[in-house]
Amino acid sequence: MNRLQQWLPRLVLAPSFFVILVFVYAFILYTGYLSFTDSRMLPSYGWVGFENYTKLFALRHWNTALVNLAIFGVLYIGICSVLGLFLAILLDQKIRGEGFIRPIYLYPMALSFIVTGTAWKWFLDPGIGIENTFHNLGWTSFHFDWIKDRNYAIYTVVIAAVWQSSGFVMAMFLAGLRGVDNEIIKAAQIDGASPARIYRKIIIPMMRPVFLSAFVVLAHLAIKAYDLVIALTGGGPGRATEVPATFMYSYTFTRNQMGVGASSAIIMMIMVFSIIIPYLYSELKSGDNR
Amino acid sequence: MKMRNFALSASVAAMIASSVTIASADDVEVLHWWTAGGEAAALNVLKEDLAGQGVGWKDMPIAGGGGTDAMTVLRARVTGGNAPTAAQMLGFDIKDWAGSTGKLGNLDSVAEKEGWNDVVPAALQDFSKHDGHWIAAPVNVHSTNWVWINKEALDAAGGKQPETWEELIAVLDAMKANGITPLAHGGQAWQDATIFDAVVLGVSPELYKAAFIDLDEAALGGEQMVEAFDRMAKLRTYVDDNFSGRDWNLASAMVIEGKAGMQMMGDWAKGEFLKADQVPGKDFVCIRFPGTQGKVTFNSDQFVMFDQGGASEAQLAMASSVMSPTFQSAFNVVKGSVPARTDVPNTDFDDCGKKGMADFAEANAAGGLYGSMAHGHANPASVKNAIYDVVTAHFNGEYDSAAAAEELVSAVEAAK
Repeated sequence: MNRLQQWLPRLVLAPSFFVILVFVYAFILYTGYLSFTDSRMLPSYGWVGFENYTKLFALRHWNTALVNLAIFGVLYIGICSVLGLFLAILLDQKIRGEGFIRPIYLYPMALSFIVTGTAWKWFLDPGIGIENTFHNLGWTSFHFDWIKDRNYAIYTVVIAAVWQSSGFVMAMFLAGLRGVDNEIIKAAQIDGASPARIYRKIIIPMMRPVFLSAFVVLAHLAIKAYDLVIALTGGGPGRATEVPATFMYSYTFTRNQMGVGASSAIIMMIMVFSIIIPYLYSELKSGDNR
Repeated sequence: MKMRNFALSASVAAMIASSVTIASADDVEVLHWWTAGGEAAALNVLKEDLAGQGVGWKDMPIAGGGGTDAMTVLRARVTGGNAPTAAQMLGFDIKDWAGSTGKLGNLDSVAEKEGWNDVVPAALQDFSKHDGHWIAAPVNVHSTNWVWINKEALDAAGGKQPETWEELIAVLDAMKANGITPLAHGGQAWQDATIFDAVVLGVSPELYKAAFIDLDEAALGGEQMVEAFDRMAKLRTYVDDNFSGRDWNLASAMVIEGKAGMQMMGDWAKGEFLKADQVPGKDFVCIRFPGTQGKVTFNSDQFVMFDQGGASEAQLAMASSVMSPTFQSAFNVVKGSVPARTDVPNTDFDDCGKKGMADFAEANAAGGLYGSMAHGHANPASVKNAIYDVVTAHFNGEYDSAAAAEELVSAVEAAK
């Protein structure tokens, strides 16, 4: 009986463990291998060394994708965190109707990025969206056509993504705020600290782990961003909003340059790992301390 | 126990599912992307013809114009060792498949019996054959260097159909002065490239051949290419502000409604006009892109058969049906394209279709038949997309014409 109890958890976990081992890690290795081969339309196994990587970084298109990712990532993570924290602090003021307001902020997260992208494509379209609405209301000098402008189109992706995710970040922060020990806050209040000061000096520093979690969730969403871009701009105007994920798909599956596509996938994986591994490391370390 | 039950029922379900997907030897399983109303109806002609011969049809439609999704599915199936009987394919995809897998069926026996060699233009055979063997049956020929003009808008702009670049610009200017959008266009890379096809062909057919088919560096970066880009930049000034990302059929609708003067698009656009009860010659006019009369840039849908230990009876029957003049006529009347064989009577076609057939025959006889770059019939997918990148970036104002021509050379070089 005792031995069964010992083995049961492992037995139950084994199938999913093997499935993940094969379908995630084995395919990561396979993609890694393909990135060193001359694969074009179908996988082929002629070894070419780092040629695909040199090709990749010589491509203008890839550089556009990286620059877009940088702009998108920084703004998306930054605005979501600030806005999420701000909303959480407002909701934390023990206001009436919190239970009603909270889901309103949270609902966008329930939509898929495809829906968000399509809806915002219509809102932002100068012909039928916000611009047109204001024109019909009589404000004819109103001008908002970022989605059609190759210099600004990437910012429209930021707008839609922030709309989608900031409620979720708010929920994370709210949970963090509620988790702060009331005794400490009361002590600070007795010492005469103003609410602003309490937030700045006590609560926010205590929420460091929440910030970290929010950062990790948002960062990997940013790197994986694909569906939102496809639905919102289709990578356009021209190729102005191409991001690494759309680049990877098009090179692997529509441009018959699977080798280059695989190498871009590996670069994306390295980016994700460089965020996740320090996080896991710090998590595991604090786990040991406990 | 529960677990085992689940496993059992799951495996039973899997067995049922797999037995359903295996088509019997007398059936053809056909992967295609003709899902729109008219296309699907046209394909029905083929289905019924085959049913009459006792060959069952297993439909495998993968929606998505241009077939990129279909190609992705096909790749997965072939890699997994479960190729369909036949698949719709375009241009260089056929060459790539033939070159990289060698798993395509051989249709020589039926081709010889029915004399395909004599009725299919050589430029098309180039795609239907691999190493001298027939591997595909061409269904249709679309040509891309068309301009569709709203008749009323043309009359208001002087009424003369433009035959040269200068006349085209004059008409566009007149339409602009009349207060409509002169050029209906959707800012998607392939649409930009479709116009670019015609523009380059209009500058000079030799340039088209040297740059897109031979991928000659001097032509790709030369003076004439700069001129072609200049013409693209000129055309850019005639589109409306809201063009980027628009689908091609919405652009057609703008011409139909008279909000825009003309659209430069392949002959599939005709279907949109006909669906809106427009009559060729009366409500709209179809002309070749000015300066390209007598030349045709084509793309052709073909059915490729996958090898199943020698071509099966069903495959040969299907290939034969596809190539029969009745099907070629019936299908192409609906689809807007012209038959892939030159001996099909034009009685059922409308005026634009008749013109298309005449132009096609003329171009074929005079050596003016070129594969369309924008639609994957001039160079492989990697090169095509590299050209797309440059054309669409230039059209959206990222480079000037000289820089675009320079960029074209290096982009093509990198993709080869």
